[in-house]
Amino acid sequence: MSSATHRAIEAVWRIESAKIVAGVARMVRDIGLAEELAQDALVAALEHWPDAGVPNNPGAWLMATAKNRALDRLRRDRNFEDKREQYGQDLEALEALIVPDFVDALDAARQDQIGDDLLRLIFTACHPVLSTDARLALTLRLLGGLSTDEIARAFLVPEPTIAQRIVRAKRTLAAARVPFEVPRGAELAARLGSVLEVIYLIFNEGYTATSGEDWMRPALCDEALRLGRVLAELASDEPEVHGLVALMELQASRAAARVDAAGRPVLLLDQPRARWDPLLIRRGLTALERAENLGGALGPYALQAAIAACHARARTADQTDWPRIAALYDALAQTAPSPVVELNRAVAVSMAFGPAAGLAIVDALLAEPALQSYHWLPGVRGDLLAKLGRHHEAHGAFEQAAALARNARERELLLQRAAASLTAGDAAPIIGHQNKTGDSP
Amino acid sequence: MRFMILVKATPGSEAGEMPEEALIAAMADYHEQLVKAGVLLDAAGLQPSAKGWRIRHAGGSARVVDGPFAESKELVAGYTLIQVRSREEALEWTRRFPAPHGSGVDCEIEVRQLFEMDDFGPSDAAKRFHDMGVGV
Repeated sequence: MSSATHRAIEAVWRIESAKIVAGVARMVRDIGLAEELAQDALVAALEHWPDAGVPNNPGAWLMATAKNRALDRLRRDRNFEDKREQYGQDLEALEALIVPDFVDALDAARQDQIGDDLLRLIFTACHPVLSTDARLALTLRLLGGLSTDEIARAFLVPEPTIAQRIVRAKRTLAAARVPFEVPRGAELAARLGSVLEVIYLIFNEGYTATSGEDWMRPALCDEALRLGRVLAELASDEPEVHGLVALMELQASRAAARVDAAGRPVLLLDQPRARWDPLLIRRGLTALERAENLGGALGPYALQAAIAACHARARTADQTDWPRIAALYDALAQTAPSPVVELNRAVAVSMAFGPAAGLAIVDALLAEPALQSYHWLPGVRGDLLAKLGRHHEAHGAFEQAAALARNARERELLLQRAAASLTAGDAAPIIGHQNKTGDSP
Repeated sequence: MRFMILVKATPGSEAGEMPEEALIAAMADYHEQLVKAGVLLDAAGLQPSAKGWRIRHAGGSARVVDGPFAESKELVAGYTLIQVRSREEALEWTRRFPAPHGSGVDCEIEVRQLFEMDDFGPSDAAKRFHDMGVGV
């Protein structure tokens, strides 16, 4: 077999597999079986294409082959009558065997918010009946067309673990009789939240990858971005989808500037902005605009994107619009309150309105149980105290922060600041305040 | 990885002939597919070289040369920038690119991979390129 054809088939599979699994799943109402049948079609392609050549429309070929297998399977399914019973109100759906477009008409009649197979597949793979780990693996497998080996490498776990996770996830979906549908009405918002969370978790998993790790890890960022862009077309009237895409585009735009030549992380305000990717910034700002144009109050993803956009728009760190960022954190703290958001708000407020205003917010957080071992809390506090000239207290806060820091380099920086506070000199900023290196064009 | 699909010019495109409706529709269909697959980053058509110019470096000095330029098949008439997971995926997408000047018009599209940050390797000179914003 020609290996070029083999690689071409693999590429076609990457492009088409999600659509095929989704199309077949609409017929058989079981994504595990649908994937199996889609795989059968792939095997058929591997048998035929090396001799016959890749067809002009390989996607249609695979789809037709998979759907034929599905028909065969359903016809000879001995439990056909059981299934009729099992599906109950979905009885008509099985008429798809006779009139393939009937299901579409049925769904239109049921006023599915978005009657698209791919969208159903995304919602099913991210169903809350599954654990978060299972949702991530199943989404990458079914929507991304990644192999279990690739997913395992991306998450730094053994391949059998992922294989098992996917098998169990499919079983769970079947056992819970999760319908292959896009949720409607009030349920949609919560279920969409799960889909967005899964995509953002995939993105962050890739974003935290360090150099020297398997390239599949950073590739997760690209895959999450791709999934987000796909979703933005499928659910184009959902502002938070565009908000998430905007957030990921803007964060990805900084990827090249996030670490220095030695592989050490560089804080946002210290990053050389010339290395931020202008194309991704433009795409991020456009996506944010789409979210804003849909009207209504911005959701948590769009708000975070709007904050990232403030940084992206500033040509230098000095030109950052801190009052706007503080206002956006205000809104975020109301929409999605969390102690970490509150701490970020404190930093933004201190940058916009002075260290005393920021310190008031930080001090209110000191009793927060969730932040008791979070080194950034005393770290930020120490920084604000130092700026207010309260060096003795700053020293204590930095020492406390250093004791909590898990990363050796961060600990070292915090101890340096603690020592500097003792001598009451001007300490180097820890979160990049009074940035001196970010003034590149 | 990113690939740029370069549509080469024809005497027609260089003469400023606008594409027919059917061709615009075919291009829109194709680019819609790219968007739905989440792989399209950017795309644009370029005006004829008659409206452009070149800066020619020769003998240690630079000189402005106004268009139009000859050899239209060497000129670029448009581009589509995609981000995909493999070279083969890019090949598959470009195989599906519609005949860019309409069926029956001889022309070429050329596909080039963009340099990514890692392609430069660790060196001081490469770092300076990065700081200039070159190579992603």
